[in-house]
Amino acid sequence: MSRSPNAAALFAALGDATRLSLLRRLSVEGPLSITRLSEGTGVTRQAVTKHLNTLGNVGLVRHARRGRERVWELERRRLEKARAYLDHVAAQWDAAADRLKAFVEQG
Amino acid sequence: MNTDRIEKRVVLRAPRSRVWRAISDAKEFGAWFRLTLDGAFVAGKTVRGSHDNFKVEMRVERIEPERYFSYRWHPYPKDSSRDYAEEPMTLVEFTLEDAEGGGTTLTIVESGFDRIPLARRAEAFRMNTEGWGGQIKNLAAYVA
Repeated sequence: MSRSPNAAALFAALGDATRLSLLRRLSVEGPLSITRLSEGTGVTRQAVTKHLNTLGNVGLVRHARRGRERVWELERRRLEKARAYLDHVAAQWDAAADRLKAFVEQG
Repeated sequence: MNTDRIEKRVVLRAPRSRVWRAISDAKEFGAWFRLTLDGAFVAGKTVRGSHDNFKVEMRVERIEPERYFSYRWHPYPKDSSRDYAEEPMTLVEFTLEDAEGGGTTLTIVESGFDRIPLARRAEAFRMNTEGWGGQIKNLAAYVA
């Protein structure tokens, strides 16, 4: 059984629209530099850096070097943990939908 | 990744009127959802239900016969010793459509998880983890 003492910090990091959109972009576009991440967002580079550090502190993203460029990338395993809560709720709905199916199809 | 909503789609081999009754009639809803509900579903009204030590309050939002039914509640999993009255609720929506080749396509959406307090989601996450630990223990005991 895995313990998760940092779950509150993890969800706090996720509870921000700018950080969620940064995660979404890293998820769709792959590793990106701070310059690229700041483009078209209306958020300053400093603010983006701060958000990335917050995400990095809970292990949702990490930085890496690509050539001469420093890029940020998604730490998918950590993100999957965050998703586990919704998976649990979804599993409850799967079971309920199965019972409803049996209920209406029995005649 | 979406942390705010869950969507489920299922095709039921039953006419829309039958599926509608199973969802909009509180007695029938209770039968398959495994809840005893204390009243009928009326838009704007709150219905209370229970199952073992599990209690639930459903605030009915909108009813469009044979097409749409929605309510708000405090999402799973619940701890019966706690009062969630002050916390935001998630919205549950049932949408019915005719399925191709007969039957009914039902879409269930639960949304608003991003508004659930962070501590609560963390707690639910922990309960979930421990829940699975418990299940594995049960299984281990069963096969031993």
